[in-house]
Amino acid sequence: MSAKKGIPTGWEVVIGLETHTQLSTASKIFSGSSIAFGAEPNTQASAIDLALPGTLPVLNKAAVECAIKFGLAVNGGDDRHIAPRSVFARKNYFYPDLPKGYQISQFELPVVTGGSVTINVDGVEKVIRLTRAHLEEDAGKSVHGYVAEGYVEDGYAEEPAHGQSGIDLNRAGVPLLEIVSEPDMRSAEEAVAYAKALHGIVTWIGICDGNMQEGSFRCDANVSVRKFGDEKLGTRAEIKNVNSFRFLEKAINYEIRRQIELIEDGGKVVQETRLYDAERDETRSMRSKEDAMDYRYFPDPDLLPVEISRDWVEEVCAAMPELPETAAARLVAEDGITIVEARLITQSQAFVRYYENLREYSGSAKRSARWMLGEISAFLNREQLEIDDPEVPSESVVGTIIASEAAQEISKTVAREQFQALCDKTEADIQALTKIIEKHELRQAWIRYIESKGLKQVSNAGAIEKMIDDVIAANPKSVEEYKAGKEKALNALFGQVMKASNKTANPAQVTEILKRKLAS
Amino acid sequence: MELHPDDLKRIARLARIAVSDAELAPLQSQLNGIFGLIDELQAVDTKGLEPLAHPLDVVQHLPQRLRDDKITELDQREANMANAPASENGLFLVPKVLE
Amino acid sequence: MSLNLSYASLKSLRAALDSKQVSSVELAEHFLARAEDALSLNAFLHIDRGLTLSQARAADARIAKGEAGALTGIPMAHKDIFVTRSWRSTAGSKMLADYVSPFDATVVEKLNHGAGMVCLGKLNCDEFAMGSSNENSAFGAVKNPWDTSRIPGGSSGGSAAAVAAGLTPAATGTDTGGSLRQPAAMCGISAIKPTYGRVSRYGMIAFASSLDQGGPMARGAEDCALLLDAMAGFDERDSTSLNNKQAATPILARFSEAYASNASTGAPLQGVRIGVPQEFFGEGLSADVRAAVEAAIGEFEKLGATRVEISLPRTRLSIPAYYVIAPAEASSNLSRFDGVRYGHRAKEYRDLKDMIERSRAEGFGAEPKRRILTGAWVLSHGYYDAYYLQAQRVRRLIAQDFQEAFKSCDFIMGPVAPTTAWKIGEKNNDPVAMYLEDIFTLGVSLAGLPGMSVPCGFGADKMPVGLQIIGNYFDEGRMLAAAHQYQQVTDWHARTPEAFR
Ligand SMILES: [Mg+2]
Ligand SMILES: [Zn+2]
Repeated sequence: MSAKKGIPTGWEVVIGLETHTQLSTASKIFSGSSIAFGAEPNTQASAIDLALPGTLPVLNKAAVECAIKFGLAVNGGDDRHIAPRSVFARKNYFYPDLPKGYQISQFELPVVTGGSVTINVDGVEKVIRLTRAHLEEDAGKSVHGYVAEGYVEDGYAEEPAHGQSGIDLNRAGVPLLEIVSEPDMRSAEEAVAYAKALHGIVTWIGICDGNMQEGSFRCDANVSVRKFGDEKLGTRAEIKNVNSFRFLEKAINYEIRRQIELIEDGGKVVQETRLYDAERDETRSMRSKEDAMDYRYFPDPDLLPVEISRDWVEEVCAAMPELPETAAARLVAEDGITIVEARLITQSQAFVRYYENLREYSGSAKRSARWMLGEISAFLNREQLEIDDPEVPSESVVGTIIASEAAQEISKTVAREQFQALCDKTEADIQALTKIIEKHELRQAWIRYIESKGLKQVSNAGAIEKMIDDVIAANPKSVEEYKAGKEKALNALFGQVMKASNKTANPAQVTEILKRKLAS
Repeated sequence: MELHPDDLKRIARLARIAVSDAELAPLQSQLNGIFGLIDELQAVDTKGLEPLAHPLDVVQHLPQRLRDDKITELDQREANMANAPASENGLFLVPKVLE
Repeated sequence: MSLNLSYASLKSLRAALDSKQVSSVELAEHFLARAEDALSLNAFLHIDRGLTLSQARAADARIAKGEAGALTGIPMAHKDIFVTRSWRSTAGSKMLADYVSPFDATVVEKLNHGAGMVCLGKLNCDEFAMGSSNENSAFGAVKNPWDTSRIPGGSSGGSAAAVAAGLTPAATGTDTGGSLRQPAAMCGISAIKPTYGRVSRYGMIAFASSLDQGGPMARGAEDCALLLDAMAGFDERDSTSLNNKQAATPILARFSEAYASNASTGAPLQGVRIGVPQEFFGEGLSADVRAAVEAAIGEFEKLGATRVEISLPRTRLSIPAYYVIAPAEASSNLSRFDGVRYGHRAKEYRDLKDMIERSRAEGFGAEPKRRILTGAWVLSHGYYDAYYLQAQRVRRLIAQDFQEAFKSCDFIMGPVAPTTAWKIGEKNNDPVAMYLEDIFTLGVSLAGLPGMSVPCGFGADKMPVGLQIIGNYFDEGRMLAAAHQYQQVTDWHARTPEAFR
């Protein structure tokens, strides 16, 4: 048992996640309203979504299909985890953004039971078990700080004493798949790794756009702590409203500290819902405990049990994309790349697409994989970009650079610098060149460019020998040190040669000739 | 089963119906009368029986019908909000929601 | 021969319209005038001459173009539980006193826009269809046209009273535990609650979703057949609406076929077995009702049917099962009335929670409150299994009993209610006594079976008595045909209250 980051020794943390993923359907789960993001308030709230008297729900087939896909994805395609018969229940509670006074959800018989997600923290793999995944409808939203005189645009900043809340029900009835994990995570890092892996799965199979800012992927974390070795679980607190991986980590870590400090000070953790406040980096109690929640679940009499035939599951299964694990194994076998590279590449469909294009343009799978793992990932992390964002240099250009590097036309260093220039958009001629390459796929254009810039790698032995002779003549001290057995002195001489060549000399050749000349 | 004033208050809160102290006693006795009636169920042996949610389930199997994923509801905001007790700029207005 | 428009059958109104003896506008004017003259009955809640007459003019245009169906141009009125785009829709509640729906219920769509019937307005009912006497309307009790000191039955009391008083030739009603059959019996008219799932619930303000079913009320069984045929049918907006083969067979076709099969013989109901459940004739059934019902069964025997003694052993249990299931579903269905998006909102409140609690306390009357609280209680933590699930299991037993009975009979017959209509105010303060009155109708609702009420005589106090005819699922056509045969040889359905002739 290794020590976990941020957790005091002697304590164990137990975390389970409930994740609400918004399903990528066109219409709502029980009505024909659009779910497009960003519409004017209540323009996508039909009579059904507003629960006007006399309205009834009718279930969207595509939402059920999304649940089936997910069930197959987290069970390696095993259909035994898709319930042949599942039931929609009413969860009764009053809230102004809940138009019917109940949420249609699933309680006793969800569409998906079981399954697992594999995570990797610091090179160690761990399997997180899933309890279930059920379909339900989203609620609307309250726009706070609404003053009768006018709508405060950002809404949250001011909350006048006599302000009212505005209710926008566009989101009411948006289809959700709530994915519940077992309490298998033991640190905030593991929880984040799980959330990321889950995010990868739902976006990979295309049931969720994964947009966390727009609330398409929201995590609630159930966190408890116990003394190491204790059998019994501690009392848990549920942290709601976490909409980024970074906040998830911070919120959990805050909660761990709060609970441990509370217990160490002789206090007791109470079971409650807490809200993460990103601005203050803390969680605070959310619901008054005036009446303990009694949701009075019962099967919705407006909806019959949903039946999912094996034929239907098979149909869905046949139309599913290759799952990430399978794709990774295939890449290892076919492209000869490492499993670590393959896992990284298969983090999303977009990543795979980028890699496959890169492989095509560069003519080298191994180099492409290395670039994906190295330069490209570093760039994405630094700039907080997604691989399919328009700011990311196109595969044709990056592939051309890699091909050029592979053909030893440019050095590795120059290749990196040129990629960087491309990313930074610093050099105007690179931008122009990008256009030419994209249009005509001209490697020639690239070669002319590097030649004109004096970047073309020099592999001409005569030219390199000339440069080395000059460096040896100008650095007698280093030469002496090297001959006296100081290996490091070679690096200094090597550096001088590269500098003299404006980084264009072929490094392998430089080392070889340098060693030969010094040995004589 | 007998309903006590505290139970009644809790249920009234759960159902969001304000009950005044004066209403409490008569309501309690009426509900206890109703519970006297429905307690007759307790004596029935129903072991092994599935609850019947949809009446026709007794004679035939009725799965839920599913709808194609199509946008069929267009913007009817004005008509749909015409009955709102308070609204402004396309939002329903309520006393401040506290979280 | 001059036609008494007020009490004419739909068929004869059709003939009068087709032969230009009368126009749809004239018919509408006639009934609107009667409705306005009979305001003291309190049957109508909303009348809008202009709207009605414009529908009548449209119907006349259809008739003139030769595009009239069986019901085009014939007036009718809706129980105020069906939402309508033009008339207010209150469900008999203060909660919805000013509510105007932005859409029409499917039934309204079918009858008025589809079949071309002319809507005379909206009819009073017990608040949210909860009641057996129509005294629970926030807009006042409805009076029984046979004796205005008495209740018309409920919850479709306004519909029953309006048809009985000749204020409309037809009306819609809904039945959750007997609300079509019982008021029809008490007002001496015919009504049918179809198989659950036959008539769309879209646009019916929900009381108890797994029980609610709309149906027609009219003078005779043949009128009901015409109306039900137009009301019924698959609706994609209602997930519990049936679209199987049996539901797809038109009711009118089944009715005509069944009626014609033996009509020419002296014994048209030859071979029909009538099950008479002993539990419907026990203690608690008043002697006058028993006599009228027995006589009616005797008439059916004269028509060739045979009588079979059967048992529905859980009849008594239908009361507790129903009074768990219906309030449970109601408590949830009525949660949407929170004063946020529509409906009553209290004038004064401290905060959001208080606003909702007071709006609901002010908007709902005593009976919905009792049922909401009962329902919330039986669903609450620790009681759900013992009450709600147990009731649903007993419900299965009750439904199975009916299937067992149908092995030895085609229809089940008995009384609709233990007594005739009682005096207004008589049982007002005793909900349990009122609930016990529903004993013969609840089982049919729990089982989702079709059930009819057919006028079959008068009690000691000269109040109408109804015969209940219960059929197996989807057997409405045959039930209506049998009732129609009975109405060929009796005239109870043609009797009218003196004050409204
Ligand atoms: Mg949850
Ligand atoms: Zn949820």
